Amino acid sequence: MKILVCISHVPDTTSKINFTDDKKSFVTQGIQYIINPSDEIALARALELTEKDGGTVTVINVGDNSTEATIRKALAIGATDAVRVNAAPRDAFFVAKQIAEYAGKNSFDMILCGRESIDYNGSQVPSMVAEMLSLPAVNSVKSLNVEGSTATLDREIEGGKEVVTCPLPCVVSATEGMAEPRIPNMRGIMSARTKPLTVIEPVTAENMQQIVSYDKPQPRTQVKLIDAANVAALVDALHNEAKVI
Amino acid sequence: MAKDRFQAPDYYLIDELLTDEHKLIRDSAREWVKREVSPIIEDACQKAEFPKHLIKGLAEVGAFGPYIPTEYGGGGLDQISYGLIMQELERGDSGIRSTASVQSSLVMYPIYTYGTEEQRKKYLPKLATGQWMGCFGLTEPDHGSNPGGMVTNIKDKGSHYLLNGAKMWISNAPFADIAVVWAKDEEGTIRGLIVERGMKGFTTPETHGKWSLRASATGELVFDNVEVPKENLLPNVKGLKGPLGCLNSARYGIAWGALGAAMDCYDSALRYSKERKQFGRPIGGFQLQQKKLAEMLTEITKGQLLVWRLGKLKNENRATPAQISMAKRNNVYTALWCAREARQIHGGMGITGEYPIMRHMMNLESVITYEGTHDIHLLITGMDITGENAFGG
Repeated sequence: MKILVCISHVPDTTSKINFTDDKKSFVTQGIQYIINPSDEIALARALELTEKDGGTVTVINVGDNSTEATIRKALAIGATDAVRVNAAPRDAFFVAKQIAEYAGKNSFDMILCGRESIDYNGSQVPSMVAEMLSLPAVNSVKSLNVEGSTATLDREIEGGKEVVTCPLPCVVSATEGMAEPRIPNMRGIMSARTKPLTVIEPVTAENMQQIVSYDKPQPRTQVKLIDAANVAALVDALHNEAKVI
Repeated sequence: MAKDRFQAPDYYLIDELLTDEHKLIRDSAREWVKREVSPIIEDACQKAEFPKHLIKGLAEVGAFGPYIPTEYGGGGLDQISYGLIMQELERGDSGIRSTASVQSSLVMYPIYTYGTEEQRKKYLPKLATGQWMGCFGLTEPDHGSNPGGMVTNIKDKGSHYLLNGAKMWISNAPFADIAVVWAKDEEGTIRGLIVERGMKGFTTPETHGKWSLRASATGELVFDNVEVPKENLLPNVKGLKGPLGCLNSARYGIAWGALGAAMDCYDSALRYSKERKQFGRPIGGFQLQQKKLAEMLTEITKGQLLVWRLGKLKNENRATPAQISMAKRNNVYTALWCAREARQIHGGMGITGEYPIMRHMMNLESVITYEGTHDIHLLITGMDITGENAFGG
């Protein structure tokens, strides 16, 4: 099986997020980058599938050369080879277009993505890629198995679980539970030095979104506890302090 | 123990001095420690049991012979990579780092550096995967800081050497498959030999009742007329410089490792100081707690720069034994001092197994003594700068 895994290069969850004074961009100094966690789950499952039945795992990332350490980590974890589309990602449509362009020319049995990236949380790329390639897309998948040319997938839905099947090739976005992310071992890190990392230039894509400004969430305010029996005090606080009623 | 929420301090952006591969190696070891060591280490220490199941994982993260060439099963990595792995392991526990230090610097290093090609091929690949574990016999009951006074000896019996004597305070001894042993020949010259478990007259009784390095197995090596084949002699070194070469490599790793323990203490204390409230505010807002935290971070940062530079020198084969002594002495002391300060910040909670502080502190009482005591390293620096030997004798 030939699997393409899409990986995003995102700030570590423990990074302190700051924006420039004009609110136009994100301050990258001192930020540690990681493979997007749900992409790491997708990569782990892709490796499990190919280790069991044979095949290759290619990782693809849309980013400038600052993402190469993240791509090398994916190779160290076990990917066969990697492709970097040499462009700073502008929006989900741009990223999806680059992935679809590459995938369309290289016929994969499956395209695996993470459910969402933890920086912009768009959850758009997998479905867009599928649409561009006219493939079925199944999102937020907790379990993925392949039998012949059919994938069986479990999805978590409100109040239960949905089991779906779909023919290969397909696009699947992974969420927690599909596989345990892997830690690179020393042999993997050493072999990643020589695994192929191909850099390709982007295709043109329409700019569909523009970031106007960035703001941090409001700091959490103090919680005021009011005795459940004292409804009058609650109403008074909502009316005179919070001014919501 | 509570969930491992460790975040490494990097006040001087020292990460920028590392390569992407260094960071990948370090982060992988860090992740492995969080996943495999932190959840079990407190229990292992309380029970005084070496968690043997970690050996395979230690080998996989590159803890066994990372700088030994790949043709012998090592990692072929540089000295900074070795240091970073030791830092992360000791961030988990000094005992786990000790097991890795012994395997790498005190067993694989001498076999690689002083051994024959046959010895390298026979032992190193199995030691790198953890299939075989090793230990190092230098210290004796009556000869610690003065190893040159050792009484363990070998006699040439023609077809073999006859080994007699005893070694003490030997990490990994109770389960080791092989031991690199230093003994005097008939001329009084110190020679190295590889002794294998199963050789008649060789026993390894375990040392019980330790209050330190409880998750690491320590024991004695007892040699009662052990017949060691001649091909087990390490032919390429004679004299005290053999074991001291090994100790240089191990001490270098300890200088990095101790910083890991210091970082863990600092990180835990910083988090605790923000969460623990007294007098209506987090204790981190009080000047006396800030003094402790600020001084801890200052010392850790100085230690980080020290080992980074030492690593660069070691990569170029320019690090002197005296420079290594300075780093080992400084960083272990820093770690022990940080543990004591952190213990105070944690208040009563600092003595419980909920936090790693007391475990680190007790472990570091060994680390400040083994591989050259705090005092001996001072005298090494003193001799290096004055030219005067103050060791006595």
